[in-house]
Amino acid sequence: MTRRIPTLLLTVFAATLFGSAPVIAQDAKGKPAPAAPAAAAPAAAPAAAAAPATDVNRFNRLLKPANQRNLPPMQDGIHDPGSEGTAALMPPLSAFETLPRSNAGNRVNWVKALEDRAINPRWDRVDANAAPVVMDLNIVREVKGSMPDVVYPHKQHTEWLDCSNCHPAIFIPQKGANQISMAAILLGQKCGVCHGKVAFPVSECRLCHSKKKDGPVARSGQ
Amino acid sequence: MKQVPWVTRVRRGLTALLFAVVAITLWTPSDSRAEYGDIVINNYADAAGMRPAIFPHWFHRIRFRCKVCHADLGFQFKAGGNEITMLKIIDGQFCGACHNGEVAWSVENCDLCHSGKPNTPTQVHESTIQKLAVPVGQGGSKK
Repeated sequence: MTRRIPTLLLTVFAATLFGSAPVIAQDAKGKPAPAAPAAAAPAAAPAAAAAPATDVNRFNRLLKPANQRNLPPMQDGIHDPGSEGTAALMPPLSAFETLPRSNAGNRVNWVKALEDRAINPRWDRVDANAAPVVMDLNIVREVKGSMPDVVYPHKQHTEWLDCSNCHPAIFIPQKGANQISMAAILLGQKCGVCHGKVAFPVSECRLCHSKKKDGPVARSGQ
Repeated sequence: MKQVPWVTRVRRGLTALLFAVVAITLWTPSDSRAEYGDIVINNYADAAGMRPAIFPHWFHRIRFRCKVCHADLGFQFKAGGNEITMLKIIDGQFCGACHNGEVAWSVENCDLCHSGKPNTPTQVHESTIQKLAVPVGQGGSKK
């Protein structure tokens, strides 16, 4: 009898879930339940249909719906739900609650979070009071196409990074020495070493392409 | 209370079926869902019978600026490009510079890093290049 108790409980629980009262009634009497498989079949069908992934004609098929963003590790698709450690990990949303949001990446505006002191990440591994060496120098890159020119702000970058992170391996610190293309960035080179991996991705065009051109292209566009 | 064996069998089958349905409903097989910038490192883990390690950038950048790891500790900007081993970590290199029981929890908490699904390849999760490289027909994320 004791061995059967879990099975009974589970069946009752599952039956309650799908609202099939006849199954419970039969279980309670301890009678054979020939109708049970028949009752389970229709119950299973709507549950499967409710799963969003099964609707092939759903709107914005390839977009990640809002309720699939910033999922906790147990559901995020790469953590193993069977690992004990996964349950101990912090769900991203709980950390992001107080941070300014953005429209891409983690959907956190990390630069603003730092500016507003919503976060205070260390500049040194152990010294909590070490301050960054911030360099305030904007580099304007004139672009060939009709997009606005790119303004690269050293300020926001040196808040996070050391000069040696980018210079000279990724960018030669000399005007005109670096050829940058969107193709290279998309493939993870140049700006794409970070942008598109941990920093905001290229979908946020205007965060970089932010300076109106002086030439005829810009004027005709207005 | 004597039960006819086949009733028990039907019940067990039912329970299993219902749980399968619930499981399918809860864990729909959509894939690319982990956090932007999560790094899966599987250079040696699978071969060693461990789950792959997952490094969450978002968690660390709330606490440290990029420079601490990428300049001071020598992490290259390349997923799987640092050839990190447990020996190096225990020696205080890479993750071990902090994960030593002083700045952060130490290496005996294996499962906190090694928590990836087995056979997940080394990758920057949700990265642009990952999305570009996978044909749309495959769901855009299985890589």
